[in-house]
Amino acid sequence: MLVFLLNRLWQSIILLVIVSIIGFLVLNLMPGGPLAQFTLDPGMTQADIERLSEQMGLNRPLPVQYADWAWRMLQGDWGTSYRDGAPVLEVIRRHLFATLLLMGSSTVIAIALGTWIGIRGATHQYSGFDYAATVGAMIALSIPTFWFGLIGIYVFSLELGWVPAGNMYTIGKESALNYLHHLILPSIVLSLVNVATWSRYMRSATLDVISQDFIKTARAKGVPERRVLRKHVVGNALLPMITLAGMHLPSILGGALVTETVFTWPGMGRLFLDSLGYSDYPVVMGLLMFSAILTLLGNLIADIVVAMVDPRIRLG
Amino acid sequence: MTTLAASSSGRSRWWQNRAVRKFMRHRLALVGMVMITALTLACIVGPWLLPYDSLHIDLRARFAPPLTGQHYLGTDPLGRDIAARLLEAGRISLLVGFAAMLLSTLIGAVIGVVAGYRGGWIGATLMRLVDAFLAFPSIFLVLALAALLKPSPTMITVIIAVTSWMEVARIVEAEVRSLREREFVLAGRMLGLSGAHIMFREILPNVIGPIIVAATLTVARAILLEAYVSFLGYGIQPPLPSWGNMLNGAQQYLDKAPWLAIIPGLTITIAVTSFNFIGDGLRDALDVRNDRM
Repeated sequence: MLVFLLNRLWQSIILLVIVSIIGFLVLNLMPGGPLAQFTLDPGMTQADIERLSEQMGLNRPLPVQYADWAWRMLQGDWGTSYRDGAPVLEVIRRHLFATLLLMGSSTVIAIALGTWIGIRGATHQYSGFDYAATVGAMIALSIPTFWFGLIGIYVFSLELGWVPAGNMYTIGKESALNYLHHLILPSIVLSLVNVATWSRYMRSATLDVISQDFIKTARAKGVPERRVLRKHVVGNALLPMITLAGMHLPSILGGALVTETVFTWPGMGRLFLDSLGYSDYPVVMGLLMFSAILTLLGNLIADIVVAMVDPRIRLG
Repeated sequence: MTTLAASSSGRSRWWQNRAVRKFMRHRLALVGMVMITALTLACIVGPWLLPYDSLHIDLRARFAPPLTGQHYLGTDPLGRDIAARLLEAGRISLLVGFAAMLLSTLIGAVIGVVAGYRGGWIGATLMRLVDAFLAFPSIFLVLALAALLKPSPTMITVIIAVTSWMEVARIVEAEVRSLREREFVLAGRMLGLSGAHIMFREILPNVIGPIIVAATLTVARAILLEAYVSFLGYGIQPPLPSWGNMLNGAQQYLDKAPWLAIIPGLTITIAVTSFNFIGDGLRDALDVRNDRM
């Protein structure tokens, strides 16, 4: 187990280095580089810009700048926001909870619905339900998340008036129930794509398990079908799903960005767009790196969990 | 591995090919094929047949609901004809989708073939690069690049391509790795063929099936990505219409003019669904391993 852990950790560190190089290049290879915003300012002369780049160390060779930048990132110094002067990590932390809440609730919906649809599709293979689920998943994967959100707002907020059209809570009436009321529609919207992917994978994972010998054995010795499903099939089929959940973190984060925009949800996605609008590049870069690190961490945790549950991986 | 061309027996026609016949029996793929052909034709020919130009502003006819007079799909907040804009936008959105697919498939195929054939530290490094790109949420990366660079249609295409080649690279790498030690590759080496010749002339043609399937799904993805960035205001810039930027601003009129949001979104969904259906049919027809869905 220790060898596996160290090996996996080492891979993540290498990936983190490559990810950080990509992030650094995105920032630096832009026309104008990190000072692009100042060149637009008529009050800045060429000499001012040169002095500024001298001060910020921007005239040193790129590898030196990268090493410096990476070292400061490691120490938790991610720069300061142009917009409000706060440290980037602090700005991100302020928006983290809202995004995690949204992602968490939509993941719960996606796992519950997707698992059910997937297992039912597999046990009733080629039935009307299975066919509808297959076609439905392909269509669901084709719907732009933001459009699904707009239609949801139109139908359930504007026409029916069941749920609020945006924001995370009503000012002056913050309560758990109020949060929940605001959470329902955006988390359903965000879960659509994941329900589709999850149910497809769950279906094929279940089919894989069902065709194995130990299931035949269980059936042959007279275990009731419901019990076979509950005790033997579901657990084994869910195992590869843990890895899948880790792998799909970036797409959920991307979906959260769009969903937050449509629902004026005060999370990291909203922050990312606002920062883009204000050319607040330290925060943009910070969020880019933060989301990639979150993904690497998610994959690492998923792999460790799978290895803990499944001795075949840990020992093989 | 099945190839598209019916080259084995010289006289058989392309429509007698097993893969083609299998594709034609796939109902969803046919539905997708019909839908996307109709949509593409409408986008190419349509703008000439409609009574209004996509840029014609008529302030007296603002917010006309669908089916008022000659405005078959209504008008937008400036009184421009939505049908004309939708078809004009389709030209751009579909073109961006296709071009991004071509470019990203090219990048992915080259990286995948080199990584799979060379192996060793070159292969490992390239595949780590794939993993690193996959760690970024693609919308974040596309938005950041689009905001920093000039958002012309060409630039948007390049940005989308640069952030969506990883799937193809992964598939190609796995296939090439399994072909690397086969006899025809050894024979090529014995003949003294160059590495590039073996990689791109001998091995690559055997991987064309999975590449075609992945490319079809990449078109769907690229159209969606373009819609996302343009909706958020960083993609195709007005007055040039695209399906995504027609939805930009639709939210504020959702109450008053819901068709502003419904029509372009439905069109995107239809286009993307078509490519996903076709991809599904191609996967069956070309016997590509079923490990994605």
